[in-house]
Amino acid sequence: MIEFKDIKKKFGDKVVLDGVSHVMETGKTNLIIGTSGSGKTVLQKCLVGLFEPDEGEIIYDGKSFTEMTEDDRKVLRQQIGMLFQGSALFDSMTVEENIKFPLNMFTHDSHSKKMDRVNEVLERVNLKDANKKFPSEISGGMKKRVGIARAVVLNPKYLFCDEPNSGLDPVTSMVIDKLIRELTVEYNITTIINTHDMNSVMEIGDNILYLVDGKKEWSGNSKDIIFSDNKQLNEFIFASEFLQDAKSMRMMEAKDKKATDEIKKQAEELKK
Amino acid sequence: MNFITHFGRYSLMLKDMIGRPENGKVYWKEFMLQCKDIGIGSLGIVSIVSVFMGAVSAVQTAYQLVSPLIPKSTIAQIVRDTVILEFSPTLVCIVLAGVVGSKIASELGNMRVSEQIDALQIMGINTKTYLVLPKISAALLMIPLLVIISMVLGIWGGRLAGNASGILSNDTFDRGLSESFKAFNVWFALIKAYTFAFILSSIPAYYGYHVHGGALEIGRSSTKAVVVSCIMILLADYALAALLL
Repeated sequence: MIEFKDIKKKFGDKVVLDGVSHVMETGKTNLIIGTSGSGKTVLQKCLVGLFEPDEGEIIYDGKSFTEMTEDDRKVLRQQIGMLFQGSALFDSMTVEENIKFPLNMFTHDSHSKKMDRVNEVLERVNLKDANKKFPSEISGGMKKRVGIARAVVLNPKYLFCDEPNSGLDPVTSMVIDKLIRELTVEYNITTIINTHDMNSVMEIGDNILYLVDGKKEWSGNSKDIIFSDNKQLNEFIFASEFLQDAKSMRMMEAKDKKATDEIKKQAEELKK
Repeated sequence: MNFITHFGRYSLMLKDMIGRPENGKVYWKEFMLQCKDIGIGSLGIVSIVSVFMGAVSAVQTAYQLVSPLIPKSTIAQIVRDTVILEFSPTLVCIVLAGVVGSKIASELGNMRVSEQIDALQIMGINTKTYLVLPKISAALLMIPLLVIISMVLGIWGGRLAGNASGILSNDTFDRGLSESFKAFNVWFALIKAYTFAFILSSIPAYYGYHVHGGALEIGRSSTKAVVVSCIMILLADYALAALLL
């Protein structure tokens, strides 16, 4: 679990985060959503320590990250995996070497044991045949999967994903979402995802934080979004007419179901 | 940003890069890779520059020594001393500032822009120790070696040109080489080589590591790194000559 309280961050005179507080739950996909410039990436970078917040506290499973020494942070970071927007794979290394790199750096296992683990995660992300290829030789979707494999190879407790669907077609996006969701549940990871992708919000949004101008505007899960009357959230999520229609249909279905359940309940009571 | 800010950040980078490696084997591998890139990768250009530098030096010295009272072997002495004292350490290091310096700046700049440095940092790796220290250490080991090779090739180029153009025979050149030789000159050249190696690896590392933006900024920082390295090499050259000679 990652909890952050009253996070504030300014760049010059520009306030990017203005007192954001939230709890990211373990074993769930926690989403940070918001328009461009709302502070999603800055918040995520504050959480992993790439930026220092001006004020506020970040707590990883009861331990204050903001008060940790750099050495303690280095130890904690070995439990953090991160998937970057551009994948951030090392150009000079093959797919296999990219995934093996954290194992080489932080474990003293034998070569065969490391290779077993690399092959295990490669299989998990369906990239067994691409192990000898360089990042420049694989597609965007494959790069994301290699990025995920590298992020989870050390069995992290926390997984951060910055726009995992950007630049991907809808089908590949869904594959990536499904993979992140499965890994989160399988390894009981606290996963935090920055996204613009509405499919992701509706499919894997267990715990959603909606930011507007650096402030927490709304939080809930993907089911709550349908019934939310927050104007800004509705305008952001259901931006097109098509999506607005889809929302109306989902609400009608839900109301119908509720009405049907009510009738069934009354009928059962009458029977009694 | 003014000079003091740059100098402060540069000093902090040098301070932070001194740290305990997370895994010695991985760091050793990276160091050897850098030795190969800097040493073997620059050997070709250093050899070509050195041979022609020595050859031109011999021909131009002969052109200026018109007095029949000055023995021909003096040409060899002048070639030897100019190559050892100035051409090999300074000129070769200026060439290397272009070759090695731009490579270091653009490599680190590209890693910064594509978030590879952030990825290393999040893994818990000291990025300055892992990325900057092996480059500077490899430069400190390989560049003095390249300078020694350059001295040998420069003098050999002078001998070859002197003989080929009929200015002086090989025997006369060899005799001139051993006349009034000062071993201190070689030490002085090596002191310069170490100083310049540090300058031409650490300054581009600083500019590359602190790039912000995209491809345009990588190009700009790479150019700036080479220009600043060359100026610092020339300033250090003068300072060392004034102090040690």
